Amino acid sequence: MTVNGDEARPYGRRAFLGLLAGGLSSLYWAGPAARALAPVTSGFSQLLGNLLPVGGWRIYTISGSMPIFDEQSWRLEITGLVRKPLQLTYAQLRALPRAHQVSDFHCVTGWSVAGVRWGGVRFHDLLALAEPLPSAKAIRFVSLEQPYDDSLTLDQVLLGDVMLAYELDGQPLSRPHGAPARVVIPEMYGYKGVKWLTRMELVDHQPTGYWEGLGYDQNAWVGRSNGYGS
Amino acid sequence: MAPERRRLRRFTRTERAVHWVHAVAFLLLLGSGLCLYLPSLAEVVSRRPLVKGIHIYTAVAWAVALALIALVGDRRSLMRTAREIDRFDADDRAWLRRRPAPQGRLNAGQKLNAVITAAFALLFVVTGFFLWYGERDTRFRLPSALLVHDWLMYVSFVLFVGHLFLAIVYPKTRHALNGITRGWVDEDWALRHHRKWVERLHDQEAPTLEP
Repeated sequence: MTVNGDEARPYGRRAFLGLLAGGLSSLYWAGPAARALAPVTSGFSQLLGNLLPVGGWRIYTISGSMPIFDEQSWRLEITGLVRKPLQLTYAQLRALPRAHQVSDFHCVTGWSVAGVRWGGVRFHDLLALAEPLPSAKAIRFVSLEQPYDDSLTLDQVLLGDVMLAYELDGQPLSRPHGAPARVVIPEMYGYKGVKWLTRMELVDHQPTGYWEGLGYDQNAWVGRSNGYGS
Repeated sequence: MAPERRRLRRFTRTERAVHWVHAVAFLLLLGSGLCLYLPSLAEVVSRRPLVKGIHIYTAVAWAVALALIALVGDRRSLMRTAREIDRFDADDRAWLRRRPAPQGRLNAGQKLNAVITAAFALLFVVTGFFLWYGERDTRFRLPSALLVHDWLMYVSFVLFVGHLFLAIVYPKTRHALNGITRGWVDEDWALRHHRKWVERLHDQEAPTLEP
């Protein structure tokens, strides 16, 4: 028989406190460490993404159920300060000049998806149809998921990597990703990219959107807003 | 050795209550959490605000239930168990180095599992609080809280699968399930796995018999 319990050591509480200290301090080092290790771990997370239905995306919604896209009844309305208010069907949207891009997606809550392949329409081509009035300065994007809305200035939507996307990784946009069309602006956090888009309203100044009303920044530049990088 | 199968009381009702409150809460939190986390489940369930509510209120109910048990339950048995989990003697340390060594009521692996479970529970609460409150007040949004919450889930999930395997599948250990459901285990099983505990019971008095 081995030695009995008279030299018991308080390893339990040490392990407990050590785990707590490690876990709490990781709130400060986990993010930078994950970024520093990304070259090493990306292979693993890619494998994980293939094995599990994770893929890095988290689906955030604000209402009881995700809107259902019906190709027959869906319309994209462009209204407000435009010369020619109009409604596009899904087929008409898909018939517009098509753009592709690969860009990273960043969520304000701290997760990112690298190298997302988007397909869709540049706002330049969309707006050319409606002909904004000179007084129009911004677009309010209204989602089928009520009461979600957000806005971007005309200067912002005309940036080179901003689009109205209807494809993700070569597939039509799925329901969780905002079928049939969502706004993509890679340099801003995801809450600016309205999903399940149904209306674009041209306005003379930016209204307060859904998340801005809850204290989030109007200009959600990645790494330079919402408390980041300050 | 006594010819009849004797039963030893391993866990008090209070200890078992703590275990099952934790187990049920863990399953509800894991299930609702995965619905919030996995896109495929998010599409099937789709009622995110509802699932979020279930997740958050389960956490609150878990904390309240544990507090209630501590209030009305057998606190002495909980304190005794906590002390037991804290102390690792030479046999425990040998056991962790995979050498055969007689074990007490809880073996070193069970102690370690309890320590990790308790520490992770607190870390889940802290990171979860920042996720919840950071959405309401952006000054409290810590970019790493989500990452840490996720990684706690991954590790907990692996531990949980191992725990289930030992408690339900593995023939040598699965009799232990009886201890946490009904409170007692067979003495001959206990002698094989927790000899020091049985010997101490014999030293103290006649072992506690339960019908």
